Amino acid sequence: MNPSLSLSAQALKKPQINRARLLRSALPGLSLALLLVAIFIIQPRAISYMGMNLMLNLAVPIALATIAQMLIITVNDLDLSLGSFISFVACVAATLLNEHPLLGCLALLACIAVYALIGALIHTRNLPSIVVTLGMSFIWMGGAVLLLPAPGGSAPHWLQSLVRIKTPWLPFAIIVCIVLALLVHAFLMRSPLGVVLRGAGGNPLAVAKAGWSLLRIKVSLYALAGSFGVLAGLFLVGLTTSADATIALRYTLLSIAGVILGGGEFVGGRVSPIGAVLGALTLVLAGSLLSFMRISPDWQIGAQGAILILVLALRAAVNRLETRPL
Amino acid sequence: MNPRASLSTLTRKPWLWSFLAALLIWLATIAFTGGAGAGSLLSGALSFSAFFVIVGIGQMFVITTGPGNIDLSIPANIALSGAIGMKLMNGDPGLIWLGVLGVFCSGLLVGCSNYALIRLLRIPPIIATLSASFLLQSMAIAYGRSVRVQPPEIFYQFCTGNLWGVPYLAISVVVLAVLMAVVLNRTLYGRWVIAIGQNPRAAELAGGRIGRVRFATYVLSALLASLCGLLLAGFSGGASLSMGDEYLLASIAVVVIGGTSVAGGFSNVPGIWGASLFLYLLVSMLNTFGTSAGVRMILTGLIIIAVITAVSGRRSARSA
Repeated sequence: MNPSLSLSAQALKKPQINRARLLRSALPGLSLALLLVAIFIIQPRAISYMGMNLMLNLAVPIALATIAQMLIITVNDLDLSLGSFISFVACVAATLLNEHPLLGCLALLACIAVYALIGALIHTRNLPSIVVTLGMSFIWMGGAVLLLPAPGGSAPHWLQSLVRIKTPWLPFAIIVCIVLALLVHAFLMRSPLGVVLRGAGGNPLAVAKAGWSLLRIKVSLYALAGSFGVLAGLFLVGLTTSADATIALRYTLLSIAGVILGGGEFVGGRVSPIGAVLGALTLVLAGSLLSFMRISPDWQIGAQGAILILVLALRAAVNRLETRPL
Repeated sequence: MNPRASLSTLTRKPWLWSFLAALLIWLATIAFTGGAGAGSLLSGALSFSAFFVIVGIGQMFVITTGPGNIDLSIPANIALSGAIGMKLMNGDPGLIWLGVLGVFCSGLLVGCSNYALIRLLRIPPIIATLSASFLLQSMAIAYGRSVRVQPPEIFYQFCTGNLWGVPYLAISVVVLAVLMAVVLNRTLYGRWVIAIGQNPRAAELAGGRIGRVRFATYVLSALLASLCGLLLAGFSGGASLSMGDEYLLASIAVVVIGGTSVAGGFSNVPGIWGASLFLYLLVSMLNTFGTSAGVRMILTGLIIIAVITAVSGRRSARSA
């Protein structure tokens, strides 16, 4: 083939690819915007300081959990214990942290250390993360049941007032979500260390050959995920003021769905922190939209599933556009 | 047979371990109780393990088709099928056929939609079955909300009765397991499942229709989960929304403990029975010892992690 011809073909093809990529990364934001517009049409008063505050009340812990899950997915693993871990943290915060602050802090630090250890175990023995974290979910659940056999406990007062800060202009929940998304984005997508961490998911062999220790990468990502899990648990118990051993069990599936909605993929370290936070918000707002439409809460989980499928279908269509330019 | 030879048979047949562990736990429990209730413990273990085995076999076929393949829709499917079965039967023995047919159809649909999502959206099975399970869960909640319908008497008898202490259910599931072992090891379909799990590229070049085999596998898993839901509802005197919850962990755990490779391509049907008995007996042993629910869960989790660590260690030792 004539080289100049193939070159021009390539040049023609390039903007097409960029458009597809742009479309794909805009998808999480677009679906959230669509949802907000729908809510505004049905119930205009919801898009106000008070309304947003009410709707997004529980969004922050879910967003934190989604970021934790995303860090694990970065290295192609999956954490099925996240929900029970967050429940355990909530139980620790409502009992130990309240009664013996020092002991409570130590327990939470130990939790993060356990996460780091799991990362090390999964890496050194090359274990499937699904099975190990499924086992861990039982351990966290058991710990939570031991701490709080019946719902109860009380979150420390400083925590309760911290999560209820009234900020001017924008509700606190939105500010936290924006700061969270930007901070993690700056760290994971822009910093040199973040590139290496994502590289460990994309091409572990290359990262290892470049002299990085895969073990240390995995341990630090798991420890980071554990830290975000702890934050999620603390925030959650601050909002609910008391805890229960099953308080956050559904966060496991919600966090996975949030990461996927936000454009994350299961292979190759392709994740997006901003997308993940947007995905978590989408899932939370979907529930509000349903209640504004007077649809029974029975279908709330189903609607989340439907949104997930819809967004994935759109992404599949965009991908097809990329591989087969019109 | 000299001890070394018998030891090597033991390491070559990983499923023997799970039976051995189950036996040891059973012995420990009856030693603790002084022999009281040994028979009823075994009978109960056979009944409860049968449910683990049914979903475990389906999950095993899915896991065997290679890394990344897993069916997360099992718990939601169980809840939905139980509700459908009980509602269609409506407590009337003459309508049992309708309930069975309805559950069969719903299982078929769930399997088809699971695979359709995987295929059409080109997404990993974990996400596909996860999003499907969200929808199924909602359907189960909306459909099963009404009053608790009792199963027909004769269906209840079948699910809970026993023949000389051996539950009918356990007998049927042993037959099912033998059948599935034959399907896996002797039929063309089963051989393709294993081949695809070992090397999908090679299997495709050898003329395997990967799409069709995976399709059949997801349908099989959904059908077995539906069957489990129906029987579980009959066993516990009615369907409940949360009855499938523990089966996600259980289905994966029995496959792994039973000696099936999580990476796919190597599976093991008898091991699922051993692992199911082991899991149930473990929980009931801890019950007999009077441990609290929390400690029981922690120990279950620790054992699953220990088993998967030991199993992977053995494999790497063999390949070294």
